[in-house]
Amino acid sequence: MIRPLEITSLTKTFGPHVAVKDFSIKVPPGEFVSLLGHSGCGKSTVLSIVAGLQQATFGGVVIDGVEVDTPGLDRGVVFQSPSLLPWMTALDNVMLAACQAHPKQTPAGQKDLCLKYLGLVGVSEFAHQLPAELSQGTQQRIAIARALVLEPRFLLLDEPFGMLDSMTRFELQDLVLELWEKDRRTVMLVTHDIDEALYLSDRIVLMTDGPEARVGLDLAVTLPRPRDRSVANENPEYMRLRGEVIRFLEHHSKQFANERAA
Amino acid sequence: MKKRLGNFALALVGVALVGALWAITSATIAPDLPSPLKTWEESKIYVMQPWEKRGEMDQGILRMASYSLWRVAKGFLLAILIGTPLGFILGASNLFYKMFDPTIQVLRPISPLAWLPLGLILFRQSEPAALFTIALCSMWPTVINTMQGVRAIPQDYHNVAKVLRLSPWRRLTKIWIPATLPFMFSGYRLSLGLAWLVIVAAEMLTGTPGVGGFLWQEYNSLIYSHILLCILTIGIVGFALDRLMGVAEARLRAA
Repeated sequence: MIRPLEITSLTKTFGPHVAVKDFSIKVPPGEFVSLLGHSGCGKSTVLSIVAGLQQATFGGVVIDGVEVDTPGLDRGVVFQSPSLLPWMTALDNVMLAACQAHPKQTPAGQKDLCLKYLGLVGVSEFAHQLPAELSQGTQQRIAIARALVLEPRFLLLDEPFGMLDSMTRFELQDLVLELWEKDRRTVMLVTHDIDEALYLSDRIVLMTDGPEARVGLDLAVTLPRPRDRSVANENPEYMRLRGEVIRFLEHHSKQFANERAA
Repeated sequence: MKKRLGNFALALVGVALVGALWAITSATIAPDLPSPLKTWEESKIYVMQPWEKRGEMDQGILRMASYSLWRVAKGFLLAILIGTPLGFILGASNLFYKMFDPTIQVLRPISPLAWLPLGLILFRQSEPAALFTIALCSMWPTVINTMQGVRAIPQDYHNVAKVLRLSPWRRLTKIWIPATLPFMFSGYRLSLGLAWLVIVAAEMLTGTPGVGGFLWQEYNSLIYSHILLCILTIGIVGFALDRLMGVAEARLRAA
């Protein structure tokens, strides 16, 4: 029995500033969940704590009944910037991860694995090029391959499309969706793009505005899969969900903050 | 190409003007200063037979320069072998930085002339004392540049290292060193320049054969034209060293 990833009463303070307070969600295996909120609301902080890059002040993250407060190879992370090492080729960047996750494999086996994932994200032909020679979108694809080669249980995406132009963003959203449809790996995506969250997720966790950000609305995205971006605007259910998210972001997120202040 | 040729011509004009100033100065207000022509006449034998060894302190100019270069190479190697790891430690650890940075800032401006007697006391021989002085005076740019390089490693790379759970050794070899390399090389270039500055002082005080030692001996022998020969040699060799490091640095950045 695979248990959900649990975030329980997670609280993060920076000095006197309480960024996130009592944030709790459970993410069942195979779910695609998005954390959505205004910028600066602390959603990236939550993801970063799940990734083990920061430590919670109170509460925390539990995987399989064990509290995690350090990074682990069971969690592949893709950052907002591709964060590739510029002195290494695409392949070597992915190899760095492959050597960590599959130390028992032969170098040839590791390389095959890397090429497989570079192929999966559609950048095989750039394997021997340096990041600087490649477009942002391609670099981000390589970063996704680097996370996937770990064959992690969880994929943590921290606004991974934020720096891309809209056409490239669509392409990469489709890629992530396609990859997820294949293996149904648990994904946690941080974003401030409503359509992105609706298009990709099973569930959207809307956060209230910080300080003391917490779960404001936990919304199931009931749209059928596979999803089609081009007809989304004609789908009444899509428009209803979109309206609900916008209403929350426009009014309630602040209202929560006001209530707390009162 | 045409532009480079033009620049070269301009540089030659500059050299000619400085030479003219030298000639005029020696002919008018400074009669003790040998004129360019006299300098050449009296130095010809050292330049035309650059590898000749006629005596301990009477050798061709390239041979003298090679002694100095060899000494600089050893001192410089010592400087970067000590300075690079030191820079890494100071860059990586705030504790060490706070502990040692003030001391380094105090040690940094000390002249080689001040260190050399200490080296002589410590080692009782001129050669190790010279190396000690070169290393101690020239390592600071390496230390400081390496330190700044480590501190300038983007947080993104640290995050990658963390999420991939790289061991300390792999972190160092796969991320820290490659990320710091351009900074390190800028430090090496400055250090080499300093080492070359120090060598002359070290040789003057210890009287060892080399361009600096020769310069001081000829001063004592009142052969002033040879002083000028040494000065020119020191300048040209220093320039060549800097250019070489510059090329190495540029290659590194391109790679």
